[in-house]
Amino acid sequence: MDPQHPVTKYIQDASKQGMSNEEIVRELTAAGWQVEQILDAVLKHAMPVPVPIPGQAAPIAAADNIITVKNITKSYDHKTKAVDNVSLEVRRGSITGLLGPNGAGKTTLVRILTTLLPPTSGQATVAGFDVVHQAQQLRSAIGLAGQYAAVDAILTGRENLEMVGRLYHLTAEQAKARANELLKQFNLEDAADHLSKTYSGGMRRRLDLAASLIMRPRILFLDEPTTGLDPRGRFDMWDVIRDLVEGGTTVLLTTQYLEEADQLADYIFVIDHGHIIAQGTADELKRQVGGDVLELHLVDHHLAPQVAGSLKNLGDEPPQANAGSGIITMPTSKGAQVLVEVVRMLDDQNIKLHDVMLRRPSLDDVFMKLTGHGAEEANK
Amino acid sequence: MMHTISDIWVMVKRNLLRYQRLPRLVVFSFIQPVMFVLLFAYVFGGAIGSEGSGAYIQFLLPGILVQTVLFGSMQTGVGLADDVMHGMVDRFRSLPMARSAVLAGRTISETIRNFFVIVIMTLVGYIIGFRIEHGFGNYILAVILTLLFGFAFSWVSATIGLAVKDVETAQSAGFVWVFPLAFASSIFVPTASLTSSWLRAFASHNPISYIANTVRALCVGTPVGNNAWWSLVWIAGLLAVFMPLAINRYRKITS
Repeated sequence: MDPQHPVTKYIQDASKQGMSNEEIVRELTAAGWQVEQILDAVLKHAMPVPVPIPGQAAPIAAADNIITVKNITKSYDHKTKAVDNVSLEVRRGSITGLLGPNGAGKTTLVRILTTLLPPTSGQATVAGFDVVHQAQQLRSAIGLAGQYAAVDAILTGRENLEMVGRLYHLTAEQAKARANELLKQFNLEDAADHLSKTYSGGMRRRLDLAASLIMRPRILFLDEPTTGLDPRGRFDMWDVIRDLVEGGTTVLLTTQYLEEADQLADYIFVIDHGHIIAQGTADELKRQVGGDVLELHLVDHHLAPQVAGSLKNLGDEPPQANAGSGIITMPTSKGAQVLVEVVRMLDDQNIKLHDVMLRRPSLDDVFMKLTGHGAEEANK
Repeated sequence: MMHTISDIWVMVKRNLLRYQRLPRLVVFSFIQPVMFVLLFAYVFGGAIGSEGSGAYIQFLLPGILVQTVLFGSMQTGVGLADDVMHGMVDRFRSLPMARSAVLAGRTISETIRNFFVIVIMTLVGYIIGFRIEHGFGNYILAVILTLLFGFAFSWVSATIGLAVKDVETAQSAGFVWVFPLAFASSIFVPTASLTSSWLRAFASHNPISYIANTVRALCVGTPVGNNAWWSLVWIAGLLAVFMPLAINRYRKITS
């Protein structure tokens, strides 16, 4: 085996990029190399990387960034900027959330990072590969499950997975075996040989996700993975995503659901009008709002703005009112005391309440504070 | 290179499976052309007297083979638009597969389908009186030329499908250029029989006429003239322009 041998070269390149030994072996075996061949390359050439036998625990590489985005801008027609000078980093092994309303630029960013769209300016690397200049290598390292379940309706679930496997250049046997594993993992065995057009929305999403995992990618991009799913389908999908991350995959997901980011993401970038307007863990973001939030649900919805006006001196900040839903939210650091005052005041004015609660701030409150509008409102 | 071929083959298989599973495609691709043969032969055959010897079916069948692959080529654009709409193109583009494979897979599978359609139409033609009069070898050449022509137009159709990115628009955008090309040509009637002089001029320079005349010459032995050369020039020209155009569109497409 000479130093130009693909395995030798791959190990050298991969170790320079800081891939762990375990990952290197996993990638090589997934690409069809035998463990003997890999060991052979290492032994004969005294490679600097000691490659462990798969199955044995390997030291995980120090926490580092697997996605780096520097000053990425995407503009259309030289004026509309879908993504405006965005820089961010994604830690290996994390679930990172891109949170923002429709049209905020989340999908554009994901399309740039998955090589589907070239950036207008700026640089980005994914798994050490440049999104523009090393697009083809990058594609081998990632999985993408887009906004629409991209499964071929007139193929069966099994055929869909085998097709994608073949397009990753697995042999027919490898593709078949991998399809079987994934059908089992995603609980699609019973429907494996039915045309996927007969699948429910949740099943289609699971099949789409399975297709993106054929090569056990190190990085998985999920563009709004639960949009359009019913609550049951959403919870199932969350479980699947958590399992993946336990298996060592890094996940970058976009969502317009604050709850989803809160539930899943270790780290969140809040994006609005193409800009990153805040970042941090869910708790850090909530702390930006400070204290508690008092939430009032009025019986007469249309009274909300007027009532909010009369409460403006009680909280730490002016209350937000929604005349449509009749809900008033008000950040406060003196929760219990303000609660009593507000209830007494509204009782005096004879304003009826459905519900009143004191709660920890949600990401919706964060969004409201950062942008001046709710995440849901921006969608309209 | 091996990967490119295997990618194309995977896509060809995917597309051909559709004919097994979607009845409407079979109707559109196989039954409609046969109906055209029967309708034109029996309904118009009496009225459209053909010049020279022989029944109208001798004139009609070679022409209608060309018309069929021309209409069939629209499927390429419609299918691609469908893939764009349903996110399949995004999926394929995110895979480390050959950039040309999705398009080549489409155009090649349409060509394979065209082969079977031509065989069936010839058989139906035989039942109602069509005869190969210029030797079987020349008939095979006619089939190859027709397939090449269909292949070239599939790339035109692919370019349109990727430009409009919508199934219904691709369908109607196809008809807009396909109908005039098909009917103002020598597919159904000799161009000399057209009474309007500008229409006659258009029809005799229409690439479809060159192809139809050549296929007819190869099937039944009418004089070929320079039609064969013009046919090859057109096919080569269309491929040279539309293959790179379509592939370039595919690389840059945003859904």
